[in-house]
Order: sequence, then structure tokens, then C-alpha cells
Amino acid sequence: MEGLTLSDAEQKYYSDLFSYCDIESTKKVAANGRVLELFRAAQLPNDVVLQIMELCGATRLGYFGRSQFYIALKLVAVAQSGFPLRVESINTVKDLPLPRFVASKNEQEFRHAASYSSDSENQGSYSGVIPPPPGRGQVKKGSVSHDAVQPRTSAEQQEPTSPVVSPQQSPPASPHTWRKHNRHPSGGNSERPLGGPGPFWSPFGEAQSGSSAGDAVWTGHSPPPPQENWVSFADTPPASTLLAMHPASVQDQTTVRTVASATTANEIRRQSSSYDDPWKITDEQRQYYVNQFKTIQPDLNGFIPGSAAKEFFTKSKLPILELSHIWELSDFDKDGALTLDEFCAAFHLVVARKNGYDLPEKLPESLMPKLIDLEDSADVGDQPGEVGYSGSPAEAPPSKSPSMPSLNQTWPELNQSSEQWETFSERSSSSQTLTQFDSNIAPADPDTAIVHPVPIRMTPSKIHMQEMELKRTVSDHNNPTSPLLVKPPDLSEENKINSSVKFASGNTVDGYSSSDSFTSDPEQIGNNVTRQRSHSGTSPDNTAPPPPPPRPQPSHSRSSSLDMNRTFTVTTGQQQAGVVAHPPAVPPRPQPSQAPGPIVHRPVDADGLITHTSTSPQQIPEQPNFADFSQFEVFAASSVNEEQDDEAEKHPEVLPVEKCSDPASSLRGAKTENKIEEKTAASAPANVSKGTTPLAPPPKPVRRRLKSEDELRPEVDEHTQKTGVLAAVLASQPSIPRSVGKDKKAIQASIRRNKETNTVLARLNSELQQQLKDVLEERISLEVQLEQLRPFSHL
Amino acid sequence: MAVCIAVIAKENYPLYIRSVPTEDELKFHYMVHTSLDVVDEKVSALGKALVDQRELYLGLLYPTEDHKVYGYVTNSKVKFVMVVDSSNTALRDNEIRSMFRKLHNSYTDVMCNPFYNPGDRIQSRAFDNMVTSMMIQVC
Repeated sequence: MEGLTLSDAEQKYYSDLFSYCDIESTKKVAANGRVLELFRAAQLPNDVVLQIMELCGATRLGYFGRSQFYIALKLVAVAQSGFPLRVESINTVKDLPLPRFVASKNEQEFRHAASYSSDSENQGSYSGVIPPPPGRGQVKKGSVSHDAVQPRTSAEQQEPTSPVVSPQQSPPASPHTWRKHNRHPSGGNSERPLGGPGPFWSPFGEAQSGSSAGDAVWTGHSPPPPQENWVSFADTPPASTLLAMHPASVQDQTTVRTVASATTANEIRRQSSSYDDPWKITDEQRQYYVNQFKTIQPDLNGFIPGSAAKEFFTKSKLPILELSHIWELSDFDKDGALTLDEFCAAFHLVVARKNGYDLPEKLPESLMPKLIDLEDSADVGDQPGEVGYSGSPAEAPPSKSPSMPSLNQTWPELNQSSEQWETFSERSSSSQTLTQFDSNIAPADPDTAIVHPVPIRMTPSKIHMQEMELKRTVSDHNNPTSPLLVKPPDLSEENKINSSVKFASGNTVDGYSSSDSFTSDPEQIGNNVTRQRSHSGTSPDNTAPPPPPPRPQPSHSRSSSLDMNRTFTVTTGQQQAGVVAHPPAVPPRPQPSQAPGPIVHRPVDADGLITHTSTSPQQIPEQPNFADFSQFEVFAASSVNEEQDDEAEKHPEVLPVEKCSDPASSLRGAKTENKIEEKTAASAPANVSKGTTPLAPPPKPVRRRLKSEDELRPEVDEHTQKTGVLAAVLASQPSIPRSVGKDKKAIQASIRRNKETNTVLARLNSELQQQLKDVLEERISLEVQLEQLRPFSHL
Repeated sequence: MAVCIAVIAKENYPLYIRSVPTEDELKFHYMVHTSLDVVDEKVSALGKALVDQRELYLGLLYPTEDHKVYGYVTNSKVKFVMVVDSSNTALRDNEIRSMFRKLHNSYTDVMCNPFYNPGDRIQSRAFDNMVTSMMIQVC
């Protein structure tokens, strides 16, 4: 026997028939009796039947194996089409219609038996091809008319939607899958629906009397519009027209199918009506998804890891390629895990795909995680949608509707069904996820920001917020899903307080992360942002998070002298602004500027990276500080906010130094706070964070000590004073030359001031070098770690 | 800009290769194949265990009369090879780098898909779209 190639429709059809004939459930051999009956039903002359049997090899073998059976069926089709029976004809005859078998009443029972026994087989034989030939639906109708079906259906409601249900049989995989789920909720009825596909399939051929139209119907039904599944429920009449031949049977079928009660049908209708937007998730569906989610992940705000999701969705028997695409669509934040929203979207896509919908290229708006919040309120529009859809089911309800009712049935019966599919409990915005996630990535800053509402984060983040908002507005243009922006209020409205809070905090405090979530939503939004996310979790935050830690720390370390504490508290906000605005490179600047005072902190560095520098500078700064304590207050307030600008200037300049000193002290204060939290954070800020926390207390005594040495003023009250002193010193310098010509005292004073300035600058220089060394050390350590972590040496 | 983009696995079999269909694609396949040797040369020449971002980008592997071939290798020895048309205004190195970065990111996303088995051919539509965008840019 030459090889037999079957089309998908044929494959299914033959599988059904084989299952039907396989009364012994051997899955290998079709009972001869059944086969003969089948052939008789084919209305072929006996000699043709004998010839077929001989050709397929059953005569030789004495039994009908699956291959023989298939060949025989193909030959029956050949014969029915009028072609001569030949071995070659099984493959050469193209577009052969499916063999037609006249259904007989006896076969109904056979079907029942076959269906039950062949359920598993059917499912096995169905390779997951979802949209079966539409014509089968019609065939089903014919078969449904058999009384055997009626007992089953008796318990069922005969909704107008039932005709729609019959087409359900067409999608082989989905109905089976769903049927399984249906088992539990439907209890006793569960068996029947499951058996439904089987018997329904087999009746196809048998009910083929006059089913020649069925072929046409089949072809006509082929790609049913996505809404059809849904629509079919609501639109009984159109479907029933198709089934006009056997309206009763149709209803029976539907009743068989729709295990659920009228409520299910109503739900189906609702669901179908909701397909103004085919991708909208109805409440029932959502609830179902949520429940399914819970079975995987009890925490509704948590994630489903990729592996668990893979297992779960693999159960849907969709091809891996499609599941992969669904994952791509639904994993919005590309984190390899599914939040509740993402899971709902993925589940919904799977459901749609199983019903024959084509997967979209991009995630539909209604399925976007952020938008899901809006969906719930949007279900109101379901009813009006029915009308529109009622028209479409005429064509392709078969494939869609069957699965839908089963799905719908399962949804309301989530609790009962032991479905592997899980429901969703709550939505957690992917943005939330991102926000939290990003926070984790950049622990220091975001946490700091969140924990401390103090401007520490605010200022820089505000800047970033503005940027992100700009991006968002741009992205909004690109992405019509403006709900993104609406999302925050939605979040707060819903019970996602957590998410909203986090989101809000993310928005306000951690603009980066929120922007991340925003930008990550639409692919339209620059890939850059998404890329940033993908590059490194903290990449979007690079501008803000990293800088702050370093800055405060250095400044703290440097400015730990006398009045650090006060400076911290006073100028905290300002520090933040300065700190955040400047990348890590900046931190050193404020420190140096504050060198006179802060250097004392150095030794206190918790990390102990470099403390030696602090000693020498300590001496130096004291002098200028002492010298101009009176001027501290004058200059104290001047330079606070200028830190940001100053950072670029490392070298001692009058203005920058003054500015740095004040903001540096404020930075110190901020840094101290940050450091406390950041110390456990990345090592990068380690330098900065060296001694912030401990800096404050220790420096003071040190400074005081140093100060006392200078004798000028034991005012160690405020860091600002120190900075102010420094500023004063520097500020006074310009005036020094003028005073030179006055008298010796003036000259000496000016000389001393110059010396002080020199010392300040020298200290600044030393501090900068210190920082450089620190950074280099860190870099080396990081490189070492990197090398250790690299699994590969070069090729 | 690119007329051909290929993703080669560690074992030097292609995970993804796509060319501008206007030209003889086999020629591009051949060029990519020969460029693998150059990639290996460059990678071994680096000789350092420490491979930072700079070294992921291998730069111009070899130029031909009509085309230039650029290479990029990831830490997992997955290679991206890009053939660009020389007739275009010489692309700046940064542009090539950015294109490779985008490729790398898309590749990472493909990897993150739990339904993707490492070693399979890349059939992600998102990846295809990204590659198409890169190839259409020039055309």
C-alpha cells in the first residue's frame, strides 16, 4: 500500500470514524462489523466495498487497522466521487470530498458508545487544529437528530444558541480540552458533552445525506470571523438556518454541549456581545482567569514564573509557536513572568486562538495590562454588541461556538471544575511590577525615595519625572492607549491600593520605573526606554538613582566636619537636587568643595575605603573655617542650591567651592540618610556611602578639635558655617589683593587667607584623588567579580 | 541598512538568518558562513577573560567589494553577523553598534520566552519585525 496523505479535515474525520468503529477501544483495530456497517452506509455497491476492503489490505490482514481504515475511507470517498478504485487514486485524486455515510438510527447508539470510548482517542487524534471543517457542524446536525442524542440533551436547555453549540464540535482540540473541564462542573452531564465530539464527529459522514451542501458550508465556514464564536451564542437563528435540516437535533446538540444552564448561554451571549472589541475580557472570563491564576500563584499581586506559565498554557494544546507568540504579546514588561493582568491577557489570547481567532500582531489595547483596569467598567457595552454580532454567526459559528459554550460553562463553574486553567484574582499592573522591580534593582535610590518623602529623591526625580512625563506624552501620541496615563487614577480607584500606591510612589518618587512601565507598554514607545529596561534593570534610573548615593556620601564624608549634621538637615532637599542631577562623577566635587569641613568624615568611612585622605585635609580645612566663621552664616545660605552646577567644577573656585560647601553639607545630610539604606546596596556608591551615617557624629568632634586648633572660632554648629567659612574665605580672597596695599596686617591677613585657600584647594585636590582611587579600586573589584562570574573564557 | 542579518548559535549553526530578498540570498549565506572564521579569530585574539561591552562588538569583520560584514558576539558565544551594503553612505560605527544592541535586546527577549527552547530556530514575530525594520531602513 502506498502511503496515504490526508488533509487535516480528512484526518479528523477519519479519526472520528475510526473511533466510532473502534468499539473495543483498542485504538488499533476497527471492528469489522462496524466498518462494514459504515461501508454499507456509504451506499456503495457491495462489490465496490469488497474491492475497497481488498485494496486497503484489510482482507489480507483480516482486520481493519487504522491505516487500513483510513485507506478504506479514502477509497470510499474516491468511489463516491465516481473515480475508479485504484490504489493510486487514494493519493492522486485531489480535493476529494470526505466520504459520506448515510447515518442510520442504529448508529446513534454506536456513536454514543464510540464517543465515550473514543473521547480520549479523539482528543489524541486531534492535533490541536482548531477550526475544523465547518461542514461538520452540519453533519453534526444531521447526526444530532438521532434520538440517541436526545437523552443527553434532555437535561440541557435548548437555547436558541444551541445550534451554535453544535459547531463547537468542529474545533477538535479546544472542545476536548474544555470538555474535560466541563466534566467536573457539569457533573453527570459532563460525560455527555465530552462524548459529544466523538459521536458528533462520526455522524458527520453518516448524516451526510444531502450533505453535499455541507462541503460547501464547510468551505464557507472556514475562517470565521473572530466574533463568530461569541456571536454564535447570541445568534441562534442564523445558525439554526444552517441547521434547518435538523433543528431539533441542533438543539439537542446544543443542549448536549451547553452543559450549563441558560445562564451559561446568557453568559455566552454576553460574552459574544462584548465583542465589539473582540479582545475584551468579560467579567466571567476575568473571574475565571483570576481563579486560574490563583491556582498557580495564590498571591494575586505576584508573578507566575515563565516555567509554570509554560506548563499551564501548554495544556491548551496550542502549538508551541503560537504559545510563544502569545507569550510575546502578553508578557508586557518582558520580565519572564506573568502578572495577573498579563496572565489574563495570555489566557484570553489562548482562548481566542482555540476558538479560531488569529493572534494579533500586537497586543490589543483591551488586553494591555494597564488597560485591564478599565475593562471591567467597559463590560457594560456587551449587550449592544449582540446585535451586530448576530449577523455574523451565520457563517462560522460551528468552530467557534462549540468551544465558547464549553468555555463559558467552565467559567462560571470555576470552583467546581478542576481545570488546569486558572483564574485571575486581581490585576496587578505591569507598571506596578515594573515599579517595584525597578525599585529592587536600584535599591538605594528608589527605596530612599520611597522611604523618605524628603526631597532627597524628589528633586532629582522630579527632573526625571518631567522627562518621563514628556516621554509619556510622546508615547501617548504614539500609543493610543492613553489609559496608561489614566491608569494611575484607575489603580487608585480599584482595590489595587497597593499597586496604586506603589505606582504613585513610583510615579512621584521613582519616575524612572514608572516611566519604564509606561514606556514598556507600547512597543511603539521608543524602544529605547524598553531597551533601557532590558539593558539593565536600572538603566532608566541611571540618571537619577546612581548619582544620589555617591554624592551624598562623598559630600558627607568630606563635609563631615563640624556642622555636617545641621547641613544635612537643613539642606537635605537641596542636596538631593544637586546629588541627583549629577552622575556619580559629580559627587566628588561637592566633597572637595566642602573639603575644609567634610574631610574629617573620611576616616569615619564605614567602608573604610579610603580614609587616609581625611587626615591631612582635616587640618587644612579647619583653618579657613576658623578664619571666617563669622562669614559662615553669610555664605551659608548662598550656595546651597548650586551644588548641581558645581559638581562639574572640581577645582577650587571661589564660587563653586562656596556653593559646594553648602550643598555638600546638605548632601551629606541626605547622603547620611541615603547611606544608611544604601550601604547594603551596590558597591558603587560605596565610596560615597563610606561614612555618611557615622560621619555626622564623629566628624563633629573632629572638626571641633581641629577648629580649636585654629583657635579662631569653636563654632562647630553648622556645616553651612563651615562651608560658609570656606566660601567666605574664597570670597574674601578677591578682596585680598586690594587690601594688600593697605598695611602689613592686611597683607598678612591676605597672605593667610591665600594660604587658607591654598590649603582648601589642596585638600580638594587630595579629596578628589582619594575619590579617584576609590573609584579605581571599585572598578578593579568589579572587574574581578565580572571575571569570576563570566562563565566563558573566550573561545 | 543591513542586507542580511544572521544569528549564529554557539555551535555555529544558524538560529536565524534573513536577507533582503532582492539579491541572491545564497551569496549572503555564504558570506555569513565565511565570516564565522573571522569572528573566531577576533574572539580568540582578544584573549582576555574580561569581555566588556566594547568587546562584544567585533566591528568590521571583512569588507568585500559590495558589502561589509560586521560582527557581534554575546557572552554566551551567540554571534550576530550583519552584512551591509557598501554602496550606502558609510554607516557610522555607532549606528552599527546600535543596531547590534537592538538585535541583542530582541534576542534576549526571545530567550526570555519560556516557550522558546534554546537552540531552536528563532521564530518570534517580534524579532522578525525588528529585523525587518533594520533591513528596511536602508532600502
